Amino acid sequence: MKFKLTFWRVVFIVIMALGLYSSYIRYFHGLGAATNMTDQFPWGLWIGFDCLCGVMLAAGGFIMVGAVYLFNVERLHAVVRPAVLTAFLGYILFIVGLLFDLGRPWYIWHQVIYMNPHSVMFEVGMCVMTYTTVLFFEFLPNVFEAVNWKAPIKWIKKIYPVLIVAGILLSTLHQSSLGSLYLIMPSKLHPFWYTPALPFFFFGSAIAVGLAMTIFESTQSAKAFGRHLELPVLVTLGGALLVALWVNALLRLEDYIHRGLVRQIFKPSYEAYFLWLELVLTYVIPIAMLSFKKVRLSPQLLYLASISTVLGFITNRLNIALIGFETYVGHHYVPKWTEFSITLMIVALGFALFGVAAKYLPIFGEQKERLGVQAHLRPAVETGHAATATPVLEHAGD
Amino acid sequence: MSKALLYDATMCIGCKQCEVACAQQNKLPYDDNIAAESVQSAHKYTVVLSKDDKFMRRLCMHCEKPACASVCPVGAFHKTKEGPVLYDVWKCIGCRYCMVACVFGQPKYEWQSLNPRVRKCIMCPDRLAVGKQTACAEICPTGATKFGERDDLIREAQARISQSPSTYLPRIYGLNEVGGTSVLILASAKVEDYGYPASAKIGDTPMPEYTGRVMEKIPDFIPVWTLVLGGIYWVSHRRDEVAAAEATEKNGSKQ
Repeated sequence: MKFKLTFWRVVFIVIMALGLYSSYIRYFHGLGAATNMTDQFPWGLWIGFDCLCGVMLAAGGFIMVGAVYLFNVERLHAVVRPAVLTAFLGYILFIVGLLFDLGRPWYIWHQVIYMNPHSVMFEVGMCVMTYTTVLFFEFLPNVFEAVNWKAPIKWIKKIYPVLIVAGILLSTLHQSSLGSLYLIMPSKLHPFWYTPALPFFFFGSAIAVGLAMTIFESTQSAKAFGRHLELPVLVTLGGALLVALWVNALLRLEDYIHRGLVRQIFKPSYEAYFLWLELVLTYVIPIAMLSFKKVRLSPQLLYLASISTVLGFITNRLNIALIGFETYVGHHYVPKWTEFSITLMIVALGFALFGVAAKYLPIFGEQKERLGVQAHLRPAVETGHAATATPVLEHAGD
Repeated sequence: MSKALLYDATMCIGCKQCEVACAQQNKLPYDDNIAAESVQSAHKYTVVLSKDDKFMRRLCMHCEKPACASVCPVGAFHKTKEGPVLYDVWKCIGCRYCMVACVFGQPKYEWQSLNPRVRKCIMCPDRLAVGKQTACAEICPTGATKFGERDDLIREAQARISQSPSTYLPRIYGLNEVGGTSVLILASAKVEDYGYPASAKIGDTPMPEYTGRVMEKIPDFIPVWTLVLGGIYWVSHRRDEVAAAEATEKNGSKQ
């Protein structure tokens, strides 16, 4: 096998080299040397992006599993595997990110020994741990198929209903609990972002981002791997995303009205600028775009709307984790280059692992024939759907 | 009974003897440079601040219902019945949730260490265990920092206010803030001017209740949500089974 040095591979190597050097600083010179975190700002980019955003970006896994296996939306079948893969990688990388952020990561196992059931962090930790295990089993059939190992696939099929229900239950719990983490800081977090409804908003945004990320990664992989892209899948996801965004937007608005903040939101201030950026990216642009049927039928435009949504919700979580504390603390927090570099390394690893998995495992294969977890249950339904799923877009977005 | 500290800022002369005693007690370095530092840190658990010739001391408030203890995923903090909020370093995983959660910003971190610990005033538990008062209270030359039973100290503080109402602002900071603390403050100036969070802002609700309200619903939520999800699964797949069965039946009757 010949290794070709493409542009993206060079970028990847540079990111990895810098990331490894930063890791050396982190583990051999301490958090103080590697980050701009202080006693006043004990949570920085790694909690804000790697953890809060990482878990949100991996939400596509439970959303798609829920849609296809729980609600039986058969036409979304093609995106389940990439979504589960993204989620599995996302959670592994979240844990990797945590190992950088924790001051004493070698004691991370204390979590299961010295449990404190009153702690939201404990709940998040336990859910993430068990959900990553669930994702591992949901991902495993890919590997068994690749090596054509049939017996274990049957075993996993048997426990699949349990995996599905457990996966969605655990996701509901920890996606919302990430928001509950901040409930204990009413006097610190800026009122634009502190609300008793935080757990609901975190869950709601996970659903919207799960849909947007699935659109994003399907289109992106179609481009990268020259795969087929089924338009009905994207159209369904785009429609669902529009609904999810509306629900999120109305809940946010209701919360601001309820807490009497509407006028303050429109008054220019440091926090308001970041809030506007967030709201425009999350709601204004994608809702305006998706309201047009033309957009919902165009893979390219759907792709752009999903990117705006994802960036918007990332801004939202960074606002909560970082910007929302600056007034309380009294100074700005700007991550050190080493913090950026390690985050970038983790993201790059995610992309690379996704690429490797997509290349060697049947992630984008014809699932219906290969596995179709409940295929034995629905021969009739299956054939009925084949007709509607035929309009295939090749190299969509090129 | 629960022990507490009463700090009367009007009696404080800013000699910083409490800082010295605290450093000695906790085996921390102390010199002129550290004495000049006006912020608390991993090597300075208490600090005496001055502003307009008035003094104010800062230290861990030892909340009756501490946020740090409730948020710690491994339960490294706990409130003892004697009053102090203690930290078990051997449990700590270093998530720093305690630092983010504390309204008084008390837990500090050893950022330069490769095996960092959270640091804060622990109210000299070793001294309390043998019936002594805290190091800072013992050394205080004016009695500005006084050690005693929390209830007694509250009565004394109330008495001081009523005896000389012109000297004091009519409140005991820590009496009810975030559900009450084991450090009580009397002052002629507003404690807020020295970095303490405003009473109105933090309120009287114990901090753990903010997350507790959500956490207490989880034990009920899990079985209910599992049933709902399982129910949806059953219904949506039952529909398919029926459809499949009917389809084969139809095919069979045609043949």
